[in-house]
Amino acid sequence: MIAMDIGMIRGLGTVVVMVAFIGLALWVYSPRRKAEFDDATLLPFADDPEAIAQVRRAQDQRNAHAARSPKP
Amino acid sequence: MSTAPSPTAYNYKVVRQFAIMTVVWGIIGMGLGVFIASQIVWPDLNFGLPWTTFGRLRPLHTNLVIFAFGGCALFGTSYYVVQRTCQTRLISDGLAAFHFWGWQAVIIGAIVTLPMGYTTTKEYAELEWPIAILLAVVWIAYGAVFFGTIVKRKTKHIYVANWFYGAFIVVTAMLHIVNHISLPVSLFKSYSAYAGATDAMIQWWYGHNAVGFFLTTGFLGMMYYFVPKQAERPIYSYRLSIVHFWALITLYIWAGPHHLHYTALPDWAQSLGMVMSIILLVPSWGGMINGMMTLSGAWHKLRTDPILRFLVLSLAFYGMSTFEGPMMAIKTVNALSHYTDWTIGHVHSGALGWVAMITIGAVYHMIPKLYGRPQMHSIALINTHFWLATVGTVLYIAAMWVNGITQGLMWRAINDDGTLTYSFVEALQASHPGYMVRALGGAIFASGMLFMAYNVFRTICAANTEEAEAAAQIAVVGAH
Repeated sequence: MIAMDIGMIRGLGTVVVMVAFIGLALWVYSPRRKAEFDDATLLPFADDPEAIAQVRRAQDQRNAHAARSPKP
Repeated sequence: MSTAPSPTAYNYKVVRQFAIMTVVWGIIGMGLGVFIASQIVWPDLNFGLPWTTFGRLRPLHTNLVIFAFGGCALFGTSYYVVQRTCQTRLISDGLAAFHFWGWQAVIIGAIVTLPMGYTTTKEYAELEWPIAILLAVVWIAYGAVFFGTIVKRKTKHIYVANWFYGAFIVVTAMLHIVNHISLPVSLFKSYSAYAGATDAMIQWWYGHNAVGFFLTTGFLGMMYYFVPKQAERPIYSYRLSIVHFWALITLYIWAGPHHLHYTALPDWAQSLGMVMSIILLVPSWGGMINGMMTLSGAWHKLRTDPILRFLVLSLAFYGMSTFEGPMMAIKTVNALSHYTDWTIGHVHSGALGWVAMITIGAVYHMIPKLYGRPQMHSIALINTHFWLATVGTVLYIAAMWVNGITQGLMWRAINDDGTLTYSFVEALQASHPGYMVRALGGAIFASGMLFMAYNVFRTICAANTEEAEAAAQIAVVGAH
């Protein structure tokens, strides 16, 4: 039987936060969610006819640039 | 200017009200700051009256700049951002109006009671229980309007700025209510429900997270909308913004104990606060880099756009003060810096450099849009304001660094026989030039707000009702 003392609780707390952070990072950087985030990032411009066209162009340029650079 | 309630238009009325009061309270709050800074240079300005002493006016200054100026800025921008990124009108015009007038009543309550000496004595939570209860009720109405609007959004995603505003609303409510739990003994006197070191810890859990969630998370929400919008480029990395959000809110809540180093607070709690404060550098800089990098490929805009300059410089000050903060939270550094003017300088590099500058940039962006004008009355005056704000902030914080380190070193200097080298008054005399520079810097910063008021006034005068109503229409393009 492992004693549930304050040291154990602190250790478990650290593990929980670490697992949560790694899980979050994996979830966020999963390639499956790229399209979704590309969509969300345009929301500040979505209600502005002039801005959205211009920003879409900038985003496409950025994506094209990223596609050209070598994959890690 | 009234906007008829219509499901096809945003509620800009409440946004306009908060935006204008941001400028008004900014001038009053910062003006009062200059006055109390002058009291430290010329003590005669206390006038020998209880109501005008530094001890009573200082909490009024902090309440006015944090809750009146900062609060109105956060409410106005959050209502603007939540409506525009959700492409829907606020869920309730009535509750939003209650929020506006209720909040102004809280501020008037502070202006009346604080100079009279009614105070809980808890820093940044001085308002006595009747006003604190009103504040809580108004805050809950605000939360209902904000989250209700998110629920009825027309868009699929909840834009990241709304996450930051949402965390600011939820956590500030929690902090305010828990810290204010007390036993009233008369209409304007109450005693905290907590005792001793516990009371101190609850207070600084509140106090530091007022910085973390009111003065940081809320303004980061502002940053995530207005920086991309003014730069006309999407945020550098949406993914980084999500990591930024969760990491920041997970860590900030633990950093409070660094306000209580070398006190009766248990050592383990002090160390915990120190470690969490140091780790906090990582998400803070992640957010700063995310904002800064949004300008990559658009840096040339800084040459012509003083609004963007305000926003970018605010991020630079944010980066600087979120490096300084973790450093000052290290116990050995804190042993030198605590209780000195260095702390005041640190707070103002955040308050003037980060909070006020991002607010000013956001308001300059928002005012023409709220009134259907192409731009502010005068771009040159925005530029004047920018340089006044920058020079004022630099003078202020440089003076406080010099004073703080001087005081820290003089207080700890010991003779061979163990007696103190300097008396307290000697350190105070050494600080006098710094106090003059601080008052001057503050006056320069505050004078910039007068240019802003004139510029805003002229912009609003140039607008007419039709233009303003047309601006409030919900134009749905490229909705997802």
